[in-house]
Amino acid sequence: MSDVPSHLRYTSDHEWVLADGDSLKIGITRYAADALGDVVYVDHPAVGSSVQAGAIVGEVESTKSVGEIFSPVTGTVVETNQAVVDDPELINRDPYGEGWLFRVDTPDSPDLMDADAYTALIGQ
Amino acid sequence: MTSRHTPLHQIHEQAGASFTDFSGWSMPVRYSSDLAEHHAVRTTAGLFDLSHMAEIRVVGREAAAALDYALSGRLSVLENGEAKYSLILNDRAGIIDDLVVYCLAQDDYLIVANAGNRDEVVAELTARVDRFDASVRDDTDQTVMVAVQGPVAREVLDAAPELHPDTELSDLGYYRITSAVFRAESVDTPLWVARTGYTGEDGFELYIDKDHGAALWQALVAAGVDYDLQLCGLAARDTLRLEAGMALYGNELHPTTKPAEARLARVVDKEKDDFVGKAWLVEHPEPSTRILVGLVAEGRRAARAGYPVVDPGTMDVVGQVTSGALSPTLGYPIAMAMVERDYKDLDTELHLDVRGQMVPARVVALPFYRRRKD
Repeated sequence: MSDVPSHLRYTSDHEWVLADGDSLKIGITRYAADALGDVVYVDHPAVGSSVQAGAIVGEVESTKSVGEIFSPVTGTVVETNQAVVDDPELINRDPYGEGWLFRVDTPDSPDLMDADAYTALIGQ
Repeated sequence: MTSRHTPLHQIHEQAGASFTDFSGWSMPVRYSSDLAEHHAVRTTAGLFDLSHMAEIRVVGREAAAALDYALSGRLSVLENGEAKYSLILNDRAGIIDDLVVYCLAQDDYLIVANAGNRDEVVAELTARVDRFDASVRDDTDQTVMVAVQGPVAREVLDAAPELHPDTELSDLGYYRITSAVFRAESVDTPLWVARTGYTGEDGFELYIDKDHGAALWQALVAAGVDYDLQLCGLAARDTLRLEAGMALYGNELHPTTKPAEARLARVVDKEKDDFVGKAWLVEHPEPSTRILVGLVAEGRRAARAGYPVVDPGTMDVVGQVTSGALSPTLGYPIAMAMVERDYKDLDTELHLDVRGQMVPARVVALPFYRRRKD
């Protein structure tokens, strides 16, 4: 059973988005982290780079497979989480907290799923 | 297609396993964490359900001669209780499957083949033994196969009061098998205990009737409590076998792969009178243009099966990765790759095309990991 916190918003690519001050904080869901297995490598987008909603901006790799990170929004990357580069398993241990991936500054307010819709998507 | 379940499926569910479809079987891919399970096998011990693998018996007065003809190696030299790694080749000496052959008696052999090749191996063996006084029986559905692998694997088995091997396990050599009895609730069930494995560690593989598989599993779990025995899934098994440099059917081995290309010429006995594949090998004595190598790469991004191997000077593609992962034990990316022979020498510098990024790599000897033997 994957937990799906109700205060977050979700994409069909199994990312979560949190409106946090002036920017959006982005990570992958526990469902995605569990499906990947132990994450051993994270590749972030560059700070300052422009990202397009739906475009591939990074990767998370487990021992078994590779997962692509899609940007949920269009905007500018303002911060990446160095802690998950140093300790990728943070994504497995705390996907909604310490295991966040990057922040995007965006003028848009993206159309995302709420927890109920995402829960339905992953069939829980 | 509906996935088949092993007789231990419910136990795995109760233990919290995640499942994956593997060759038509729903198998545990992990129970807790791929890395924790991997490290357990390197440091203590891991318990695997391998009941999806095919157990095929070849029995009869001429069983040994039949296997000499059917397989690449000389199996007739096996004494009772000995095992040999072998190949079943097609007419063009391509690898139909790799398998382990156990001599249970001079007229009774147990062959363990890959799950996905079960039907083809059974059919091929049946056809090939036809000219001999021998027969083939597929015991897969009647058999539970479990493995205990790791430095304390023997201690775990010795700690199971229900398990009574006919040979002391400390005296059982590598690639040897012994009959044993599993005594639970005063009922004796015969089983086979082999000192073989696929992880690079010391370890054992046990074969028991499916109706007693769950009781055996639970007995091993109980015996392993004091030894940090971990339940392990196929994800850990794959990284363990890759570190140990062992070929996997579907990755390193295919029906188009010749034994020498996979560095398995040693398990082909060309001196034998006749065997399926021999004629082709005799007609084609020259080395193939490609060969399997081990590669270690820089950084932490692993090349995966199918990724191109590139000459860093010309940028020509000179091979393809067959298996790759960030080695949990070693901490750097490792890969096996089929490359043109000009690139096979140790320390040859190559590039791995990891989704468009060229990652420097170097040819190394296999295996990547070798356990310390005391």
